[in-house]
Amino acid sequence: MNLSERIRQGDTRAVAKVITMVENDFQQAQDILKELHPYCGKAIVIGITGPPGSGKSTITDRLTKYLRKMEKKIGIIAIDPSSPFSGGALLGDRIRMQDLSTDKDVFIRSIGTRGHLGGLSRSTQAIVKIMDAMGKDIIFIETVGVGQSEIEVIKVSDIVLLVVMPGMGDDIQVIKAGIMEIGDIFVVNKADRDGADKLVTEIEMMINLDEKGKRKPSIIKTIGTENVGIDLLWKEIERCITYLRDSGQLEQRRKNRIRKEIYDLFQENWREMFYQFIGEENLEKEVEGVLKQDNDPYFAVQKLTDLFKKELFKGGR
Amino acid sequence: MKNTRIRVLIAKPGLDGHDRGAKVIARALRDAGMEVIYTGLRQTPEQIVESAIQEDVNVIGLSILSGAHMYLFPKIIKLLKDKKVTDILVIAGGIIPPEDIAELKKMGIKEIFTPGTDTKEIVEFIKTNVNTI
Repeated sequence: MNLSERIRQGDTRAVAKVITMVENDFQQAQDILKELHPYCGKAIVIGITGPPGSGKSTITDRLTKYLRKMEKKIGIIAIDPSSPFSGGALLGDRIRMQDLSTDKDVFIRSIGTRGHLGGLSRSTQAIVKIMDAMGKDIIFIETVGVGQSEIEVIKVSDIVLLVVMPGMGDDIQVIKAGIMEIGDIFVVNKADRDGADKLVTEIEMMINLDEKGKRKPSIIKTIGTENVGIDLLWKEIERCITYLRDSGQLEQRRKNRIRKEIYDLFQENWREMFYQFIGEENLEKEVEGVLKQDNDPYFAVQKLTDLFKKELFKGGR
Repeated sequence: MKNTRIRVLIAKPGLDGHDRGAKVIARALRDAGMEVIYTGLRQTPEQIVESAIQEDVNVIGLSILSGAHMYLFPKIIKLLKDKKVTDILVIAGGIIPPEDIAELKKMGIKEIFTPGTDTKEIVEFIKTNVNTI
C-alpha cells in the first residue's frame, strides 16, 4: 500500500510522516498531495485565534471533547512560533490537550511557524488537506498567539473563532482594525474574571457599528478550564456554518482558499525557479554591488529578471 | 527547498511534579534550533508514545525524578517496539542510579544524562546520533 492509500485509511504513522515531508520539502510531497486531493473537501475547518494566553488550546481541547461525545473525528493543527534566531521552537499546545493523545480518532500535530508570518506556517493548508483525506470531520487550526494583524487564518478556515479575555486594554483596542475584524464568533474566555461583561459590551458596541446587511458576529462567554459555555459555543458554530452555507459565503470562502492555494503554489515554484535559473551566486553578486553602492536594488532586480528570461528561453542553465 | 528540523518530544512520565529540569532542556534544545514538543506533567507511557508518533519526532527525551524509571521506561520502550517504531532515538535524564543506567541502556535507551550535565553535551549527543538509528 502506498502512502496516500495509507493516509486515506487513517494510518497515523503515514499521516505523521507525510506531514513531516510537507514541512521539510514541499516539492517532494506534492505528488502525494495530488493523489489526496480528490478525497478532500469534506471536513469543516475551524480557525481558532486570539492573543497569547487567552485560552485557545483549552477551548480547542474542550470543543474536541464535546464533539467526541457525538463521535466526530477531529484533527488539530496547533501552531506556535519558531525562533527568528535559532529556528528552533517550543511547541507547548499539547499540554492543554493531554488526554486527547490516546484517543484514536483525534490527531494532533504541533507545528512551528518556521519564519512564516501571519500566524500560521507555510504548510498549514497542506496539513489541513492531509487530515481531511484521512477522514477527519472537523479540523481545528489553532494559530500562534496573535497581536493585531496576524489574520491569515481567515484564508484557510471555513469559520474563525476569536478568543479574547478581559483585561487586555481599553475599549479603543476593540475598535482597531485587523484581528478584531476577522471573528465570526467572539469567544470571551475567562468570563469569571473582572471586566468580562464590560468586554462583551465593548464588542457589542463595535459590532453594532458594522454595516447593515452583513451577519453580525456573535459573542459567547466561556470559562474554558471549567467547561462552561462550550455547548453554547458549539451550537453557535453550527448556526454560523449553516448561515454561511445558505448565504453562499462558505462557497465564497472556499473559493478564496483555492485561489490562495494556487497563488502560494505558484510562488513556491517561482522561488524554486529563481534558484534554478538565476542561482545563488548571481544573487550574491548583486548583493555585493548594492552594498558597495555600485548599484541599486531596483537595477539589480531588472538585471536578474533579464537573466531569468534569457535562461528560461534557453531552457535552464 | 529543504527546510528540516530535528523534532524532540520532552516528556515527564508518571507521578512527578518537578519539571524545572525538563524545561531547561527544552529551552536549550530550542536554542540549538530544534523543534521541541513539551507535553507537560504526569504522562502515561501510552500518551508519550502516541504523541511521539503523531508528532513524528526524531527523539524522545524522558525526564524523571520520582524513582519509577525502572517501571515506566521499559513500558515506553516496549510500546515503541510493539508499534514497530524503530526510528526514534530515546534518551533520558533525571535522578537515576548508576546500576540502573546500565540496565536501561541494554533495553534500548541510548543515553542517560544525570544532574549536572552540560546542556551542550545533550545537544551534541542528539545531533550526532539522531540520524544513525
